[in-house]
Amino acid sequence: MAGGKTGAWCILAVVLFAAVLAGCSRGDKGAGGADKAVIQIKGSDTMVHLASAWAEEFMKENKGAQIAVTGGGSGTGIAALINGTTDICASSRDIKPEEIEQAKAKGVEPKEFTVARDGIAIVVNPKSPIDDLTTEQIRRIYTGEATNWNQVGGPDAKITALSRESSSGTYVFFQEHVLEKQDYAASVRLMPATSGIIQSVSQDEWAIGYVGLGYAEQAGGKVKALRVDGVEANEANVLDASYPIARPLHLYTNGEPEGTIKKFVDFCLGEKGQAIVREQGYVTLK
Amino acid sequence: MTASKRAKRRWGEKAVQVLLTGAASTCILIVVLIFLFNAKEAAPFVLEPGLGALAAERWSPVSFQAQAFGILPLVTGSLLVTILATIIAVPFGVCGAVYLSEIATEPERAFFKPFIELLAGIPSVVIGFFGLIVIAPRLKSLFGLNSGLVALTGAIVLALMAVPTIVTISEDAIRSVPESYKQASLALGASRVQTIWKVIVPAALSGIVAAVMLGIGRVVGETMAVMMVTGNAALVTLSPFESVRTMTATIAGEMGEVAFGSAHYRALFWVGIVLLLFTFVLNAAAQRVLAKYRMFRA
Repeated sequence: MAGGKTGAWCILAVVLFAAVLAGCSRGDKGAGGADKAVIQIKGSDTMVHLASAWAEEFMKENKGAQIAVTGGGSGTGIAALINGTTDICASSRDIKPEEIEQAKAKGVEPKEFTVARDGIAIVVNPKSPIDDLTTEQIRRIYTGEATNWNQVGGPDAKITALSRESSSGTYVFFQEHVLEKQDYAASVRLMPATSGIIQSVSQDEWAIGYVGLGYAEQAGGKVKALRVDGVEANEANVLDASYPIARPLHLYTNGEPEGTIKKFVDFCLGEKGQAIVREQGYVTLK
Repeated sequence: MTASKRAKRRWGEKAVQVLLTGAASTCILIVVLIFLFNAKEAAPFVLEPGLGALAAERWSPVSFQAQAFGILPLVTGSLLVTILATIIAVPFGVCGAVYLSEIATEPERAFFKPFIELLAGIPSVVIGFFGLIVIAPRLKSLFGLNSGLVALTGAIVLALMAVPTIVTISEDAIRSVPESYKQASLALGASRVQTIWKVIVPAALSGIVAAVMLGIGRVVGETMAVMMVTGNAALVTLSPFESVRTMTATIAGEMGEVAFGSAHYRALFWVGIVLLLFTFVLNAAAQRVLAKYRMFRA
């Protein structure tokens, strides 16, 4: 018993030591570069993959520049920009007027750059017979007016409506544009992450959820994206604005960006940045 | 020379004493600070929109219509999940402790113990993931539910987390029952089972109650696992097959987005205060039970 414990401690110690070593060597390499600027990007969970891909490519091109990307939600990112703890905020919703006021009170001037567009796919289980819903029907489902699939042209089965948590930019966008500013029904289940929605929809024949188009495509056959108002949820339809549930994705900086931050924003808006937008399953600006 | 040495030592002792007292008081200081901070952030809510807002029927803080901060659905959500988890965890925990301390042979005990300790050490997010992928779909098909994201799933996940606490502390309590009790019982002709349930368990009851209370304490405060599997719909319900939203999940889920200083922000601190009161009452009740039991034993 005692011998076993000592052994476990030894292993733990060795692992920790190795981790510390690895951390040190990586740190040294970074510090050796010519330009030591570390840029923080914080915000939307929807944009984390995209921002990480941009940062990776940008760091390859600009040796020495370091970019750290963290998620947490659009609101978290905006709060961080206001409090000066991030250089760039990634947001999947527009900044609210009261947030601009708060920022100004702290001497921060949020400047908006629209860097990509994102379609929101309405997903159901692949076994579901439903292929097509109108925005009106989706609204009735999420406001609790329709609780059975037979009220929206389906078979007799109870609807399990899934949504993101209220801290998500997608939640607010969906509420504003699809629910036409009405409240979500109390029975709508709020999932802490997009992966939770995909997971639950893939297990539940009568569930419905909404996720970013990129996520729906990555999930492959686990979920089925519905046609909305008869329009298929794909990149081309988001680009020509025929798909009704789409939104802009923004970066916010404090004032007019300068130096490496400006370089990075320009990079995102440039040809290479937009190519990455396409690769990641989002929709480019043009 | 010796006098100054002695004085030095006395000073040294004093310094150590101050240091230790300081370390011990840190706990008190932190509790007080947490209460004060919570109260400070929550206080402006009393003026605008007023405490009555907490009595609303719905919890709907992000709304273009009218915000609603009724905490009743959150309180019933937490209560329901906690009670169900306790009902599930207590039999497993207590029986496990009885087995380990009274029935298992030494090698068996040495085999089981590390697994129980390991279960206690699994991060809640991992248990939550297990609940989402494994438990929720099983429950859904077992009970023919529409969705597996219900209070019962949360309760099972939480029970998994409470069992190690209950087992470990109950086992200590049972082991500390004097050997003479057992021998006397056996000598009077009681069977082993009778001895365990009529003599040993009652004698260890104060420790077992403490174990259960600590287990419940973990359940009430647990956030991540419960957030992943209960569906988080703010419904007022007593059905284990409905989705619920707990107080902890609400705070964790909404604190990230909330605009600093808004009514919603203040309301979340009120939820925190209610949660604190919850655990406070639980602790006080546990102390009461323990004190009563000790008196009875004396």
